Amino acid sequence: MQELKKRLCELLSDGTVARVLGWRRGETSFDPEPAFFGSAEELSDFVYDGFCGANLSKMMIEAARLEGKTAVCLKPCDTYSYNQLIKEHRVDREKTYIIGVGCRGKLDIDKIRALGIKGILSISGTECDGDGDTLLIKTVYGDKSCKYADAMLSRCHVCRGKEHKIYDEIIGESRDTTDGDRFSEVEKLEAMAPRERFEFFRRELSRCIRCNACRNVCPACSCRKCVFDSNNFDSAQKANVDPFEEKMFHIIRAFHVAGRCTDCGECSRVCPENIPLHLFNRKFIKDINTFYGEYTAGEDAEAKCPLTDFDFGDAEPGDVTSGR
Amino acid sequence: MQIEKTAHAAENKEWKPMIVAFCCNWCSYAGADLAGSSRLSYPADVKIIRVPCSCRVNPMFILRAFERGADGVIICGCHPGDCHYTTGNYYTRRRMALLFSMLDFIGVENGRTRVEWVSAAEGAKFSATMNEFTAKIRSLGENVRLGDLRCRN
Repeated sequence: MQELKKRLCELLSDGTVARVLGWRRGETSFDPEPAFFGSAEELSDFVYDGFCGANLSKMMIEAARLEGKTAVCLKPCDTYSYNQLIKEHRVDREKTYIIGVGCRGKLDIDKIRALGIKGILSISGTECDGDGDTLLIKTVYGDKSCKYADAMLSRCHVCRGKEHKIYDEIIGESRDTTDGDRFSEVEKLEAMAPRERFEFFRRELSRCIRCNACRNVCPACSCRKCVFDSNNFDSAQKANVDPFEEKMFHIIRAFHVAGRCTDCGECSRVCPENIPLHLFNRKFIKDINTFYGEYTAGEDAEAKCPLTDFDFGDAEPGDVTSGR
Repeated sequence: MQIEKTAHAAENKEWKPMIVAFCCNWCSYAGADLAGSSRLSYPADVKIIRVPCSCRVNPMFILRAFERGADGVIICGCHPGDCHYTTGNYYTRRRMALLFSMLDFIGVENGRTRVEWVSAAEGAKFSATMNEFTAKIRSLGENVRLGDLRCRN
């Protein structure tokens, strides 16, 4: 982190960039938040460790409207989202200085708590340039420890790879943390009977409190005026007009980003009710891969999005749904 | 799109499916017209909604139809290659393949959703398709209520 911080200070002081987009220390050591830094002094609050899971690409839409260049720290998976935003003309590449930061998997405080570690005061071993695979956790009940991999976000177990797809310079080493199959959860659900699937999703989605966090954090959800903010749409109000709204919201949300979703997993990370929202996105990704050939959104900034393209020989909807 | 479930109001009546058919103005709606003027019958459970092109059908329309109590939704458009707007139905094909697969994923069986290409000259096909689809929905029975667990009385 020191090397990164030093480089950011240099960039700011020699005038290459007007501001830096990174993470600022939160109230505790495990809740850093995205922030803009305007000067080298402000950078004293800058932090980059295992808890900096937030994808900063979406904030570059805001930065594109500001004066001067912005330096942004992107992890390998975030660069997919940034590429996708270039394709959609939502960010300005000319006004961006991308620093590809190293990543060895991001941590989830809920995972640590789920291991039975409560009353956490501080955690060490979270550095991104570190090598240790053990976290040492100071709690009010004494010192505890757990494995780094056990505390990782679910999305990091199906890592997109350690390669930055777009960058100006790279600081730090990245590691591919894949140890699971990306579509195994989707396949498990597909194997269930329709009624079971229905009950599963009803149980999950019934927890939704419509906080809109999944939409607000999603780098693909970048409409200035969202359909869900329209006064004509029932969900504009928090109170339910009919009992169908959560399902409608989540299906439409996933459909809007179908073919553009880079599977960054931010929706599931921010959900306060821990709804596995990535399942919807992954289902679409899996279907697109099966029906229209392998496609990875954000791999480059040129390829056509599968839903704005077609082929004369595409499969018929009836064949693809019954052919499974 | 005012769809009320009136057929179901009286308890002693037999259950009747509610089927929504989105028909494109240029082919399928004319096909339905031809079915009528050729005196070919199709079930009264099918409610036709005319749309300018099958690709006008927003996924939200389909979700709305299910929300308001539809047991099946069918989209009819021009045959691929015959679209009045040249390529509209090719986009429909991709969109609906994904949406129907997603609906199946959350528990609305794929027999309840269908895309069929019906041209203006295919009155017989329109009538046969609707009869077949209605029979399918009848065999599947009432659709799952897509409502929220918290709102269940």
